[in-house]
Amino acid sequence: MADKLRIGSGAGYAGDRLGPALELMRHGNLDYIGFECLAERTIALAQREKDRNPTAGYNPMLAYRMEHVLPLAHQNRIGVVSNMGAANPAGALDVAASIARQHRLRGMRLAAVTGDDVLDQIRRQPELEILETGEPLGSLSDRIVSANAYLGIGPILEALRNGAQVILTGRVADPALFLAPMVHAFGWDTRDYGLLGRGTLVGHLLECAGQISGGYFADPGKKDVPNLWDLGFPFAEVTPDGNGFIGKLDGSGGRVSTATVTEQMLYEIHDPSAYLTPDCIADFSRVRLKATGKDRVAFSDAGGMPPTDTYKVSVGYRNGYLGEGQMSYGGANCLERARQAGDLVRRWLRPYSGEIEDLRVDLIGLDSLGPAGDSAQGAAPREIRLRVAGRTPDRQLAQLIANEVEALYTNGPAAGGGASKRVEELVSVASVLLPKSAVRTQATYREI
Amino acid sequence: MMKLHELAHSRTGDKGNISNISVVAYRLENYDLLRERLTADRVAAHFASRGVTRVLRYELPQLGALNFVLYDALSGGVTSATTLDKHGKTLSSYLLQMEI
Repeated sequence: MADKLRIGSGAGYAGDRLGPALELMRHGNLDYIGFECLAERTIALAQREKDRNPTAGYNPMLAYRMEHVLPLAHQNRIGVVSNMGAANPAGALDVAASIARQHRLRGMRLAAVTGDDVLDQIRRQPELEILETGEPLGSLSDRIVSANAYLGIGPILEALRNGAQVILTGRVADPALFLAPMVHAFGWDTRDYGLLGRGTLVGHLLECAGQISGGYFADPGKKDVPNLWDLGFPFAEVTPDGNGFIGKLDGSGGRVSTATVTEQMLYEIHDPSAYLTPDCIADFSRVRLKATGKDRVAFSDAGGMPPTDTYKVSVGYRNGYLGEGQMSYGGANCLERARQAGDLVRRWLRPYSGEIEDLRVDLIGLDSLGPAGDSAQGAAPREIRLRVAGRTPDRQLAQLIANEVEALYTNGPAAGGGASKRVEELVSVASVLLPKSAVRTQATYREI
Repeated sequence: MMKLHELAHSRTGDKGNISNISVVAYRLENYDLLRERLTADRVAAHFASRGVTRVLRYELPQLGALNFVLYDALSGGVTSATTLDKHGKTLSSYLLQMEI
């Protein structure tokens, strides 16, 4: 068994930068690297793509990343775990294996993890309750396009035990990408929930990559981050008791401090004493952090309890269309002209008010983001961008919203400029719980 | 009176129609002041115009941190909202504008 493990983080979202991940693989003395690339809705959109083209549906940057990552993984013996399989892990495995073959990475074993796609199972259970609304799942009926369970470490662990060096999954709980290698390398008992809770903390800290090493942190003059342009991605060095430290490469930009680690620890957390994952209920409420050197923060005292007997399932469903148009006003009296323009578009859309939901008329630069009443008083703005957006049942009406804003050119107040418009099919996400016993997971392999 | 921005830093996360906002004291000795002044009720009032229905507060004294959970804060949720910042990523900075 290993006496310590170094796990790096290579991506914090689907489109993340690759350079810092490769630097970490070159110089980080890593045992494993995880790439977290699936947001709440990404897999539903990927499923729509796969419906149109059965060989698509995995992360669009997969081939680009694998071209660079696989040779380094082979050379430095680094295990790679990623959810870049998205809606098509088997297709992703084909792509990765073909790249590994081109590079003649002999002996490399790659795996795909499947079983998270539970669309067939949930179609047979229209009585399942939607967690967000309390409505039965059947109320979404034929609008459902995807259903994916947040799997745990089980099938990743199976692939690791069978010698896989590169593992591509669909939907798994984000921390599982990092927890599975720890359980494997340290031989942890998967019923030792204290250990799993500590490993889950490591996974949670790493899953957003640069967000713990100085990314998404800088507030100039208040919270400064050195050389943010050269942000180094983080790694964790973990001991068999599940404690360890977060660090980044010497000489890279960014910053690892108790402040950056605390922000990331609480990111997307509700009750810190009960972070629900498929592998355990992790307890971060008593976590201690200590700066132990330059850009090094030690963590300890996470805990864990047994998990529930259900998987959370994200159900993607078609939810109409978003229509959006924007137009800018600047210079003398721009705020009044922007307000008049907004009123005009509202007036033009009045005949459709029964069909348009959540129509918003925003003045970007004044009131588009914050709570109402927060808009700065006093000095007149030098420019304002009008934004009108609404949700519609059909594409034509969404297009109309977008067009009416553009029409302000010749029909609205003076000197609007820089119109833009956009129509997007909306795929929304609802959550249900599915008994774990209803889900079968599987790992498949390719050998180079 | 001073702004929360002087004493603490903050990050927002999102899940569905729920936003969580962490508030972390720069100096541990200011944690008690934050705990006393930055109540769940005050945060709820600060974001009332966004339709927030309920705010819960969790305390992590050893880290000088509070974690606020805001229900119905994201105009229906990240995947269906028509708002510009669907995730509510910018809310943390709006909270830091609060006078303490």
